[in-house]
Amino acid sequence: MKAINRRQAFALGGGFVLLTLMPMAADAEVTNDAAKWIEKFTGGKQPAKGRISLDLPEIAENGNTVPLSINIESPMTAESYVKDVMIIADGNPNAGVATLSFTPMSGKAEASIRIRLATTQNVIAIAKMSDGSLFTEQKTVKVTIGGCGG
Amino acid sequence: MADKPRIKLPKEAAKGEVIQIKTLVSHVMESGQRKDAQGKTIPRKIINKFACEFNGKPVFACALEPAISANPYIQFDARIDEAGTFKFSWTDDDGTVIAAEEKIALKA
Repeated sequence: MKAINRRQAFALGGGFVLLTLMPMAADAEVTNDAAKWIEKFTGGKQPAKGRISLDLPEIAENGNTVPLSINIESPMTAESYVKDVMIIADGNPNAGVATLSFTPMSGKAEASIRIRLATTQNVIAIAKMSDGSLFTEQKTVKVTIGGCGG
Repeated sequence: MADKPRIKLPKEAAKGEVIQIKTLVSHVMESGQRKDAQGKTIPRKIINKFACEFNGKPVFACALEPAISANPYIQFDARIDEAGTFKFSWTDDDGTVIAAEEKIALKA
């Protein structure tokens, strides 16, 4: 077999990089259905800003486990409480992350989970109250190493 | 998988107190995005639902997607009005359910 010269080696390397990056980029464009998820959850209503505090690191070194904490202002009584909270990541292969369901027995509308982020992107939370009103909050997370898998 | 889920909550609480519950269960949470050495997609296998009940009434539930990290950690709160039993369940894509129970007493 002929030895590869420097130029060919570069071309090969470049091809490799492209190949490995391609599927992820394609996934993010074609299948991120964030808008569809939001539409389904809100029923087309525009959520208001506020009442949610969403806690995520500004920079996540490892996209495989990114801590997420959420806290929503609510008295959490039988008359007025937070019902469902949907969490969406707009740069993952699939936009859905989790849907939290609270009840007045939760006492506080507060939860922490750990999520995967494939790349630098926005994480969006939308809360649905017992009276049907909607609130939203979002945070951008810079991801150093993606948790897309592979 | 066979590992017991880890649950942390106080043994007793005052009436009306809001307590914090931390849960962790061992699970690969295979996202369905990864490929094996042969380039074949590894099928998705995740916990898709977590639920917590107290004396038969729902306290907190969570629908999980593949974007949840392996060994899912979930922390939430519960208001204690009476002594009783918490029931926790984690439902796998294949239908198996990991279940656990914890008791809590009222402070005298």
